[in-house]
Amino acid sequence: MKSICFYFTLQQPLQLKRYRFFEIGNDHYYYDDYVNEAKIRHLTEVCYLPANQALLEMIKNSNGKFKVSFSISGIALEQLEQYSPEVIDSFKALADTGSVEFLSETYAHSLSSIFDEEEFKVQVKKHAQKIEMLFGKNPVTFRNTELIYSDELGELVSKMGYKCMLTEGAKHILGWKSPNYIYNHPYSKLKLMTRNFKLSDDVSFRFSNWSWDQYPLTAEKYIHWIAELPEKEEFVSIGMSYTALGELNTRENGIFDFMKALPYHALMNKISFATPSEIVEKVKPADVISSPFPISWADEEKDLSAFTGNDLQNEALQKLYMVGERVRLCNDKSLQYDWMNLQSSDHFYYMCTKHFTNGSPAHYSPYDSPYEAFMNYMNVLSDFLQRVEEQYPSTIENEELNSLLKTINNQELKIIKLENQLKSLKSDDATIKPAETKKSVKKVSPAKN
Amino acid sequence: MFGWEFPPHILGGLGTASYGLTKGMSLQPDLEIKFVIPKPHGDEDRSFLKIIGANCLPVVWKDNNWDHVNYRIGNLMHPDEYFYYRNYIRYDFRRIATNDLGCINFSGVYPSNLMEEISNYEAATSVIAHAGDFDIIHSHDWLTYPAGIFAKQISGKPLVIHVHATDFDRSRGNVNPQVYDIEKRGMDEANHIITVSNLTRQTVIEKYHQHPSKVTTVHNAVSPLENPERFKKTLRKDKVVTFLGRITMQKGPEYFVEAAAKVLEKTDGVRFVMAGSGDMMNQMIHLAAQRNIADKFHFTGFLRGNQVHEMLAESDVYIMPSVSEPFGISPLEAMQVGTPSIVSVQSGCAEILNNAIKIDYWDIDAMADAIYSIVKYPAMYKTLHEKGKYEVDHITWEIAGQKVRDVYNKVLGWY
Repeated sequence: MKSICFYFTLQQPLQLKRYRFFEIGNDHYYYDDYVNEAKIRHLTEVCYLPANQALLEMIKNSNGKFKVSFSISGIALEQLEQYSPEVIDSFKALADTGSVEFLSETYAHSLSSIFDEEEFKVQVKKHAQKIEMLFGKNPVTFRNTELIYSDELGELVSKMGYKCMLTEGAKHILGWKSPNYIYNHPYSKLKLMTRNFKLSDDVSFRFSNWSWDQYPLTAEKYIHWIAELPEKEEFVSIGMSYTALGELNTRENGIFDFMKALPYHALMNKISFATPSEIVEKVKPADVISSPFPISWADEEKDLSAFTGNDLQNEALQKLYMVGERVRLCNDKSLQYDWMNLQSSDHFYYMCTKHFTNGSPAHYSPYDSPYEAFMNYMNVLSDFLQRVEEQYPSTIENEELNSLLKTINNQELKIIKLENQLKSLKSDDATIKPAETKKSVKKVSPAKN
Repeated sequence: MFGWEFPPHILGGLGTASYGLTKGMSLQPDLEIKFVIPKPHGDEDRSFLKIIGANCLPVVWKDNNWDHVNYRIGNLMHPDEYFYYRNYIRYDFRRIATNDLGCINFSGVYPSNLMEEISNYEAATSVIAHAGDFDIIHSHDWLTYPAGIFAKQISGKPLVIHVHATDFDRSRGNVNPQVYDIEKRGMDEANHIITVSNLTRQTVIEKYHQHPSKVTTVHNAVSPLENPERFKKTLRKDKVVTFLGRITMQKGPEYFVEAAAKVLEKTDGVRFVMAGSGDMMNQMIHLAAQRNIADKFHFTGFLRGNQVHEMLAESDVYIMPSVSEPFGISPLEAMQVGTPSIVSVQSGCAEILNNAIKIDYWDIDAMADAIYSIVKYPAMYKTLHEKGKYEVDHITWEIAGQKVRDVYNKVLGWY
């Protein structure tokens, strides 16, 4: 029996406000609250609430047979809590049905997996805590930012205790293999679940495309394609941005009706739904796949070129991650907050010049050109770096700083310890016989000389 | 083709554009160009087109022998041609002052009696029109529209006019009614109008009331630089930000000074250069002094020939904050030597450039920000330097020439 594994990703970066260079050093607030609120509210109206509602209905109407997973970044959750708490509530309602799995990812939807291993671990942990706090479940399946994956990263994720990681079914990694199998990591216990990007993009990018030869896509046709897959392929993994339901494809285009019709047609064809963790339990790995270089789900290339493909992006990323260790050492709340938000991969995507040949900047970019995106980000980053520098001057080496901080942080403990020692010595003094004290004084005095 | 300037003796962008366009068009094997200018100097590049001086065209019959003609204008035109055109004098132009050859003397610049020179040019070109050995008439800029119209009336051949600028660009809206009249008449009479940018096209449609179907945009290009490696950037401590062009209202020099003041308020190690001359130069010197940045703000005066490219190549940023620029070729020239450019959205070239920073001319904050980031963030400079050069090397006059040819074919009904 085949299974469909739907997962949706939800990420919205905190958009930076127009930050001119003369504000560097004066203005430490970087975000455009109006734009961020408007964006979240808009998405709440057209996508999050109606989509959550639709999925909830589907789960209830199918007696919990419909299953779905979500990967929501910490930054997106924070914004939802602030601007649309009703969305959080409706996610909680989904979580309560038991048919929903929440996936683990980096808190800031960041590229830390490539640039800063320590940061990566911190963020994944922070995100898992947030998910557990909100939805009561500790995530067990890992999905990295933009489905970025490499063998090295896989090993790291495995060591962090995850059994399964989602990644892209990139052609240059799979070759002739099908994405509809579970694969093994070459040298750790991690299992890999590859996204079927054809079937995913059919829904997210082609559903409303009138010039597509398969338009209109109906639930019947879609399930038929899945049912026709070879018998041994036990599942398909379909992942997309949550905005595919309601924003990329609008309600008027019928995306919600399409979704609602899926469970019926699937069950008719004896196709079930499952979450990634269930599939990994059930399906045996078919083979090993190996990706020595990082892959992602971005564009045709399915590599990192949309995020680290040009000099602008590289400079920004290098400058940012240079101070990672320092920021983690400090405990200034606002600095930590900005550090998270500046790491969102979206900021670097806006600087991508790959799509820029025909005069249009990267998709979804709020900037007119990658150069503008870079200018604004670098001005903000310059201010941020100055603040880090004010915390800890760069003349002190990291190790030295570390030991100094240790001394400072431990001083109270040490004082208490010494005080206790003193006390006990004093009380000892009282009970010790005078003769013995004399002895000890005698003993000490030669050393002094 | 009727033009007013041709390199190497040029006063503005018109000459450069005329040269580039004709050179690009000369690559079409079935096309022959006769280019009429008021006063050639004899040192123009005639390898790909024929240049006719209006000052060599007889408008009044004078008896002269071959040798005398050869002695007088042999360096500009073959004497046989003089006699050929003398046969086509049809009107009595004795009211115009002529020399011993029956030709009119032209200054070839933009003199104070410009209107008179324009009508004289119209008279001189009438003999070519009567000779009638051409298929289409192409007039560059308003100075030559009357000649184009007259030639069209005489020969009955279609007229295409090329709008390199309108008076709305030159005057920030306060148009000279005489100039507007000539421009409007030219556009009304023309069979087709070519504009150098969509911005100009819009002006032509809205302010001159032309039908959109009659107006086509052909963006300018830039002639490839011969061995651009010869222009080197010398290493220096301070970064150089350059404004280059006529210092006049249209080019928005005051915004450059204000942006410079903003940048210098915050940062060090940047110098600003205002190259060129113009009616607002003294005003700008005063403004720089008022803003207290005179020690970092330099004026070079008028630059010519290679000096222009040298100045551009020595700069770290080139900036053109034009209030209204029909096209503006200088950012492309800057990018040719690898200098990142900032252009105003109100410039025609902003329509075709991707790897340049675009700002509104009045947005001093954005301008200062763009200057700052190119100067301070190496990746920004590097990317604009490389990608800009690559981009501009692929904007060629050959493509522009082909588009002009398409217009010809449409007008002539040759498909």
